Amino acid sequence: MPDTRYTLTAIVLHWLMALLLVGLFTVGLYMSDLPLSPQKLKIYSWHKWAGVTAFTLVLIRLTWRIGHRPPALPAMPGWQKAAAHGMHHLLYLLMIIIPLSGWLMSSAKGFQTVYFGVLPLPDLVHKNKELGDLLKTVHASLNYGLAALVVAHFGAALKHHLLDRDDVLSRMLPFLAGSR
Amino acid sequence: MITLRLILAALAFAAAASVSAVEYNQFLADKSTLSFVSRQMGVAIDGRFRKFVATLAFDPARPTAARARLDLDLASIDAGSQDADDEVVGKPWFNLKAFPTASFVSSAIRPLGGDKFELAGKLTIKGKTQEISAPFTFRQDGSNAAFDGAFTLKRLDFGVGDGVWSDVSTVANEVQIKFHIVAAPVAARK
Repeated sequence: MPDTRYTLTAIVLHWLMALLLVGLFTVGLYMSDLPLSPQKLKIYSWHKWAGVTAFTLVLIRLTWRIGHRPPALPAMPGWQKAAAHGMHHLLYLLMIIIPLSGWLMSSAKGFQTVYFGVLPLPDLVHKNKELGDLLKTVHASLNYGLAALVVAHFGAALKHHLLDRDDVLSRMLPFLAGSR
Repeated sequence: MITLRLILAALAFAAAASVSAVEYNQFLADKSTLSFVSRQMGVAIDGRFRKFVATLAFDPARPTAARARLDLDLASIDAGSQDADDEVVGKPWFNLKAFPTASFVSSAIRPLGGDKFELAGKLTIKGKTQEISAPFTFRQDGSNAAFDGAFTLKRLDFGVGDGVWSDVSTVANEVQIKFHIVAAPVAARK
């Protein structure tokens, strides 16, 4: 019998990143309009460190995904399968380019990213105000795009669970992980 | 004595074109820089002052007689970002309304051997004066002289960034100041 559930590793990575991304998005939205204060500097640093963590996790997750095919989708119209695959590709793409855009923005604005104040990431671009402002817009726009996709992703999962009553959502739920 | 001085001056003038007894005392603002490195959350941030004037007299043959003064316009700061530039104007930082300028006045310059020297003097920021010393090098740059040096000060010694900003885990107390002063020569007249 083929696997009908995601691996425990995939489930853990999925929900860890879900929490991290919602947190990053909320904090990112909140922090950008704050007046300058020591608190703001701390929040920015934590946002960057969490972003580097998310970037590392998505790389691990992608590696795991390539090595472990997810369970086949239950019976559904072809366009839904195509939409699901397209959505997953887009989500991965954004999870990779959003932290990259943040990292580049930080460099362009003249603030090197130093992971937890210990591990310096190289500045891939020089300080440049125009580029920094452009990357800020790019970073924000990509995030709104990701937020919209996450809402659709979440909505689709709920639709499958509540209306179609299939296992699309439950195979990714952690509390059922021990049942097999 | 006056005749002796005149003779010395004439000799010095004659020698100026060839080797030493050259006094560098014409500050070249466009060629000089005054920069600093602050640290935010452990990350080095480069900054600089765009407007400052050095008044100096340095004869490499008589370094101990040299003197220097630096006056800087604190409003000309580039602290690394617009946010920071706007912030440092206020009372917790430089309090520019009350203290628009900072100054340094040398008290002693001593040779450390070769092209290395040490500069000591009084630095005044925000109405507070501290003794500081900084090693620097002297180098000929065409017909000009370039003086490069650096030292580290503690911003809280000058009350810069007090109140909530006195938390040095966010913005470090230590600020490294780097100067690159270029001056043109004028033949010594003494």
